[in-house]
Amino acid sequence: MSRSLLSIEELGVDGVQRVLELADTMAEVNRRPNPKVPALRGRTVCNVFFEDSTRTRLSFETAAKRLSADTMTFAVSQSSLNKGESFRDSIETIAAMGVDAFVIRHASAGAPWLVEDWTTASVVNAGDGWHAHPTQALLDVYTVRVALNRTAGFDGLRVAVVGDIKHSRVARSTTTAFKALGADVIWVAPTTLLPPVVGETATDRLDDVIGDGVDVLYMLRMQNERMTEALVPNLREYTARFGLTPKRAACLAPSTIVMHPGPVNRGVEIAIDLGELPGSVVKQQVTNGISVRMAVLYDLLSANPNSTSDIEINDDVAAAPKEHP
Amino acid sequence: MKRVQRGSHGKDNMSEKRVLEPDDVRRAVTRMAHEIIERNQGLDGVVLIGVQSGGVWLASALGAEIARIDSAIPVGSIDASLYRDDIGLRPVHPAAVSDIDFDVDGATIVLIDDVLFTGRTVRAALDALGEYGRPKAVQLAVLVDRGHRELPIRPDFIGKNLPTSGDESVSVTADGVVIS
Repeated sequence: MSRSLLSIEELGVDGVQRVLELADTMAEVNRRPNPKVPALRGRTVCNVFFEDSTRTRLSFETAAKRLSADTMTFAVSQSSLNKGESFRDSIETIAAMGVDAFVIRHASAGAPWLVEDWTTASVVNAGDGWHAHPTQALLDVYTVRVALNRTAGFDGLRVAVVGDIKHSRVARSTTTAFKALGADVIWVAPTTLLPPVVGETATDRLDDVIGDGVDVLYMLRMQNERMTEALVPNLREYTARFGLTPKRAACLAPSTIVMHPGPVNRGVEIAIDLGELPGSVVKQQVTNGISVRMAVLYDLLSANPNSTSDIEINDDVAAAPKEHP
Repeated sequence: MKRVQRGSHGKDNMSEKRVLEPDDVRRAVTRMAHEIIERNQGLDGVVLIGVQSGGVWLASALGAEIARIDSAIPVGSIDASLYRDDIGLRPVHPAAVSDIDFDVDGATIVLIDDVLFTGRTVRAALDALGEYGRPKAVQLAVLVDRGHRELPIRPDFIGKNLPTSGDESVSVTADGVVIS
């Protein structure tokens, strides 16, 4: 078991299953009147967000608090980075204060791997550039697992990921997670919004995909902030060809679930009120995000001891083999 | 549902000693069911909660026996992993999701585990129970009390007192109790 969660690939299929099962336990905690457990008392989780985020940062903060961990937030705009302190010095300074886990979001792909090299703390990748966003992928597959009651795996599940795949770390991580559990994933995008190398089945005909039948329709956000060139003629044409319009929504099978990582560009990728879409699980994705991030933090921190653990354990649950004097 | 108490320390060829046969387990369960009814002067407000994972089969066995003798009462289970005091000292994995679909406020809870050893699991389970409400009382039923307590915890209903050394392992199933 690794001390960090950097990508779905490194977590592996067994790791994904382990987190999903733990998330069931955490979801039960979250259903209680007092959704808090003492599991990570005395541990400190530091959120370091170099990119804007509301839901991911609040979701991690809530998850850490529900496990009784202490949380710190490194607000980049108010930090000494503005005085010229380097990224590495900032991380090492915070680490010296005694942090057990860093939750990192950074505009540069690979930044969380650097942080892992610089510290002995656990590192959770909360999104690095266009590269990966593993906790989003985990909450996506967890949401499908709960919504469709597929605890054994996703064999035969048809997933369509629609939209700006080129710039989307969510698309990459969530595709990997769905495929790891056995689902068939198809990418639906204009060729200008596909990455240069495409390992998946890809098409630019959303209506054909919907017509063939699909179990999960995953709509991506149009990332205007990452658009540096004209990749689509205009957003109205994008909506007409790749958006979830009322007409397309009417063609969906009643059992099809619709997902979106948020925040939604209303009228662009989803041109219909999500409240009127019976298959929408967008709200569940947000709720499940807390349970899944609790599972991730618990999985990493319960296995990464804070060094001073030389206590004799006379244990009364099935324990790992242990020599006894 | 085999559960091994304590590691086997690689001493695979160490002698196994069967201390309870399946019939002994069944008789102990029957006796404990009667004791639970007697102690509580009936079953008014009494519920059973098994501790994950070893206490769950015992809770359902006791529940079935109590239903046979008198009347059916609610049976649930609780996972106390997130309340343990050794998280980070060794791997602690929740076994299953807690399942308490009845009101515990004012109930008399009989907490059930297969083996009572250090008492730390029971301590964690008591903390976990508090999240569901304020029971009128909590009683403790165990099939085997093997001694070596590290906390001031005492069972109310005992299937069998079993003197062991600290490094032996005790495995308890409906098919009997084995020390190795």
